[in-house]
Amino acid sequence: MEIIDSPGQGAWQDEARRVAGGIRRRVLEHTVKNNGGYLSQACSAAEILAAMYLKIMRLGSTEKPLVPPPFPGVPGPQNPHSITGAAFNGPRAPHLDRFILSPSQYALVVYAALIETGRMAPEGLDQFNRDGSTVEMIGAEHSPGMEVMTGSLGQGLSQAAGIAMARKRRGETGRVWLFMSDGEFQSGQNWEAMEAIAHHRLDNIGIYVDMNGQQCDGPTDTVLKIEPFHDRLAAFGARVFRVDGHDLDALAAPAALERDGRPLVVLADTDPCRELPLLQKRIPKLHYVRFASAAEREEYRAVLTDILTREP
Amino acid sequence: MEILSKVHAKNLIRWAESKPEVLVLSADLTSSTEIDLFRDTFPDRFISLGIAEQNMLSFAGGLAREGFRPFVHTFAVFIYRRAFDQIAMSVAYPNLPVRMFGFLPGVMTPGGATHQAIEDIAVMRALPNMTILECGDATDVESVLDVADSVNGPVYVRMLRGEIPRLFHASDRMRFGKVRTITEGTDIVLLSSGICTEEAMRAVKVLQSRGLSIHHMHVTTLKPFNDPAVLEAISRTRCGVITMENHTVVGGLGTIVAETMAEAGLGRRLVRIGIPDTFLHGASKPYLMKEYGLDALRLIAAVEHLTGERLNISESELAETYLAPVHSLAKAEAL
Repeated sequence: MEIIDSPGQGAWQDEARRVAGGIRRRVLEHTVKNNGGYLSQACSAAEILAAMYLKIMRLGSTEKPLVPPPFPGVPGPQNPHSITGAAFNGPRAPHLDRFILSPSQYALVVYAALIETGRMAPEGLDQFNRDGSTVEMIGAEHSPGMEVMTGSLGQGLSQAAGIAMARKRRGETGRVWLFMSDGEFQSGQNWEAMEAIAHHRLDNIGIYVDMNGQQCDGPTDTVLKIEPFHDRLAAFGARVFRVDGHDLDALAAPAALERDGRPLVVLADTDPCRELPLLQKRIPKLHYVRFASAAEREEYRAVLTDILTREP
Repeated sequence: MEILSKVHAKNLIRWAESKPEVLVLSADLTSSTEIDLFRDTFPDRFISLGIAEQNMLSFAGGLAREGFRPFVHTFAVFIYRRAFDQIAMSVAYPNLPVRMFGFLPGVMTPGGATHQAIEDIAVMRALPNMTILECGDATDVESVLDVADSVNGPVYVRMLRGEIPRLFHASDRMRFGKVRTITEGTDIVLLSSGICTEEAMRAVKVLQSRGLSIHHMHVTTLKPFNDPAVLEAISRTRCGVITMENHTVVGGLGTIVAETMAEAGLGRRLVRIGIPDTFLHGASKPYLMKEYGLDALRLIAAVEHLTGERLNISESELAETYLAPVHSLAKAEAL
């Protein structure tokens, strides 16, 4: 494992901390309001997404926060109006990076990140899981911030690899960044993809894995172990870093390194209850928070009120 | 009958020469799917992805999103059985121009049940946005690339390799959505696809010599299936309709024709010749065709059933079909 020096504190870190806090608050707010949400994912991934959007990824900006359009229909030869949600990540250009969300179960967290970084209008989240909306619960390629079909776990990396190879062949300098989840690596297709990426030296791919250790059935190490994860990835030819997933500088540092022919993988160890200790009561099942009682919902509402009154 | 060898291998490099956006993807069956010549001619456009079809199909989706046209090559079974969700979500949903070439359909391999694609049409047909083409002779193989590449969306091709007969004149090219009418007639409408067309042609000749009027059409576009010539012929037929395919009778050409007739309100008797609803086992193509009733004699029996006439046609009256040797030089492997 390579060790990198942590750079100092600065303006982007302050902004990223604000964004991470905003992601958690918005997802909590959503969860309380709708009596359900991917809350532990927001707690674990807030800093990763904040660092990706603010520091790691080289994305163009949107002119103003975008309002998600209504669903224009699925892609097909008879539908010229179908869209992707890539516009929320800025314009497409050879030198700019691309973002791919592999576990689209994290869509709510990405929507919150888009709002906090000024890419999506806050009212866009009101469309979440509404009939006829592109702001889908499990995002699809038309959903804000997404551009490929990835809700079927394990297909994101392969699709990204195809995109990365295409970009390399065209001589584009922009990179392809994936946000992935740890449990997703139980799927064999990811290992097929790692083989292909390493063999074809697609070092324009960078992967951030939210190592929150949680999946539907409970803790990942009780469902199906993926450790020793670092060694497995390295053995497949990846350049792997394991960092504290809530440490912004540690998250950003690997992305700043000179590319060396290997795909970059950053395993970000995270706490699925971070900044929301109340969630610990739900251990070992954290995958999707649906309140068991009105009393529980009130507990979370109180935390939300407390956060809102603390903020300026 | 003219027999050609390595038709796809030669045609592909000629066809792709001026199309730099065409990339050929291989899953460790490069010579078995006749793309070795392409690999040697255009090494930069050949992508080896190993025995990893799920990754290959999603990877192809990624390439296609960026404006490349991936031509995926492997055995038919390994496309739809191993990577169905990947095809559905990474290729078909986004309606991407990924062209999938599935070799050794149905009885074309002695490789047994693991290698025999007997329900691929049924499975792939169920996918929205999917187009399905099937080759039946050398002319089809030579013209399928143009047809496939003209489609706005993914295409699955049931492909032939090795030594292939030429049933249709080289200028009588495959056309998208159009059947080829081989003989015209009003007693029986016969629709055949793939390798069954050659087999059907043998039977039709003898049936015609007994005074029967057979309207024989060769089907290459299985989805979409909307050539008006089909319903026109069926509406004129006296005794009924026969389909003949190298696929199970569930969900393939026979089902497609049944659905088409029912929707049009055409109440005609229908006999579906194909692999009965069963898996096969490893054996030669002629053995399997006979064993599972995909041969000319089975077709003659179906005609007798529909016309109510006994024709007394013996096997010796049927012309020889061309049978490529399994281990000939034209085939790199038996599988």
